[in-house]
Amino acid sequence: MDREYEIVVGLEVHVELKTATKIFCSCSTAFGAEPNTQVCPVCSGFPGALPVLNRQAVEYAIRTGLALNCEIAEVCKFDRKNYFYPDLPNAYQISQYDQPICKNGYLDINVDGKHSRIGIIRAHLEEDAGKLVHQGSITTTTYSLVNLNRCGVPLLEIVSQPDMRSGAEARAYLEKLRSICLFAGVSDCKMEEGSLRCDANVSVRPKGSSKLGTRVEIKNLNSFRSLERAIEYEARRQIEALEDGEELVQETRTWDEEKQVTRSMRSKEEAHDYRYFPDPDLPPLRIDREWVERVRASMPEMPDQAQQRLINTYGLSDYDANWLTSTPQTLEFFDETVKHYPDAKAVSNWMMGDFSRLLNQNNMEIADSKVTPQYLAEMLRLIEKGTISGKMAKTIFEEMFFTGKSPEEIIKEKGMQQISDQETLQKIIDEVVAGNPKVVEDYKNGKEKAFGFLVGQVMKATRGQANPALVNEILKERLMRE
Amino acid sequence: MAISVKQVEQVAYLARLELTEQEKQIFTQQLTAILEYADKLNELDTEQVEPLHHILPIYNVMREDVVQPGPPREETLSNAPLVEDGQFKVPRII
Ligand SMILES: [Zn+2]
Repeated sequence: MDREYEIVVGLEVHVELKTATKIFCSCSTAFGAEPNTQVCPVCSGFPGALPVLNRQAVEYAIRTGLALNCEIAEVCKFDRKNYFYPDLPNAYQISQYDQPICKNGYLDINVDGKHSRIGIIRAHLEEDAGKLVHQGSITTTTYSLVNLNRCGVPLLEIVSQPDMRSGAEARAYLEKLRSICLFAGVSDCKMEEGSLRCDANVSVRPKGSSKLGTRVEIKNLNSFRSLERAIEYEARRQIEALEDGEELVQETRTWDEEKQVTRSMRSKEEAHDYRYFPDPDLPPLRIDREWVERVRASMPEMPDQAQQRLINTYGLSDYDANWLTSTPQTLEFFDETVKHYPDAKAVSNWMMGDFSRLLNQNNMEIADSKVTPQYLAEMLRLIEKGTISGKMAKTIFEEMFFTGKSPEEIIKEKGMQQISDQETLQKIIDEVVAGNPKVVEDYKNGKEKAFGFLVGQVMKATRGQANPALVNEILKERLMRE
Repeated sequence: MAISVKQVEQVAYLARLELTEQEKQIFTQQLTAILEYADKLNELDTEQVEPLHHILPIYNVMREDVVQPGPPREETLSNAPLVEDGQFKVPRII
């Protein structure tokens, strides 16, 4: 059934720009302060208070626009979007309506080897609203509390073309957008703190049709995974409704993380009428081309370039290169480690394996872990020399991850030195062979499993410290003489 | 350009204003008169004229990204009819 339909997805992403102050006043934007302590007459909507634009917010918007291959407007202005809500003290949000600062850009994604270019319609500057906390459950609440600390924090709203065809593509787009913003240094992009927010517009249509179907907007997408799942769920729901001959309504739905379904919030019948008009308090912007070029010249290596470099220099796969360029910290750690230990594939395997597993399990970022690139390189060298086994390395890595101790120090502390001494191993193997005549017999009769058992006995006798490759070699040789 | 009572009701609703029947009639007439007056501009050929968004020839008024402390919280909250836990207390929404 699914094969007859095509999913069409466009995303609206809000990125919080990491300025020190708000977009139109000098209040701090620091996260987590006591409620209403980062508030002034401008951002709390006192009559007569006048907004003054933050130059850094504009520069970050230009930077993001360039990173997304956008045209940067020569002239743009700010408009008031009018609506009433308790988290919006002015009863209007300052945004950009018909003259966004950036437009006509794109970014490239790669899902399972399929490359797609996703268009970006526009990116515009606007201010965030305050935070409204309902007291009690949503059905029994009697009142709400308003905290205006977030009110006026600069946002860049980035609107994509409806170019994505699956939940996986939408997820790849959002992940790519995040890494681009991180590399450009314009935002922290922390979904859990709300500095990266995403709404999805989803519709379905018969395959081959170029007409867009009835569109549903999904809100409350708090993670990459919920974005992907919500889109897949919503597309299935729409297809089933169409198959049943139902008519779809254009509406806003919310993602219920617990039940893994989308639920209707409100239909578009009470269509919003925001009555946008130019904000008379804010003079327009004329963005000097010299400014744009200065920003362009200061752009660092972007994820696409870095990926290409990793593929060309080290022969890494698309997948590895994509993973290693997900954040600047990941790439920096990799680059630094490779400087000390040039086997890039081994470095990448450790980073994508044990390192990433420990980070996920402990909900940490690379910067939170104590292991350094130098120590990872040192550990890889010890594996190569046969001083430690791959299995010991796992224990050592975990110790380095939490304590920041050097591999040498951990080996000494735990007495983990791998036994690679021929004579010592020879002696232990002789004992094992002598002590298990029946198993040796089995082996000689062609029972492959018997060999593994004998290796196991040697490892046991050495408390797992014997060099496994050497044990294999010596044992085989020894059994031939038997 | 004539304006209808329905449009006046819509505008009043968006502004959360409650109007009597009589007020609706008065505002319909007044708004129609204002719009008709503004319609005079349509007599001019503005084909070659850029829309004017601001009346002053000022551009690029910006400040540096430097934090200035705001007023103490008590001051921010001093005009609020209801306060709880350092926050504005408002009726339930939804
Ligand atoms: Zn402020």
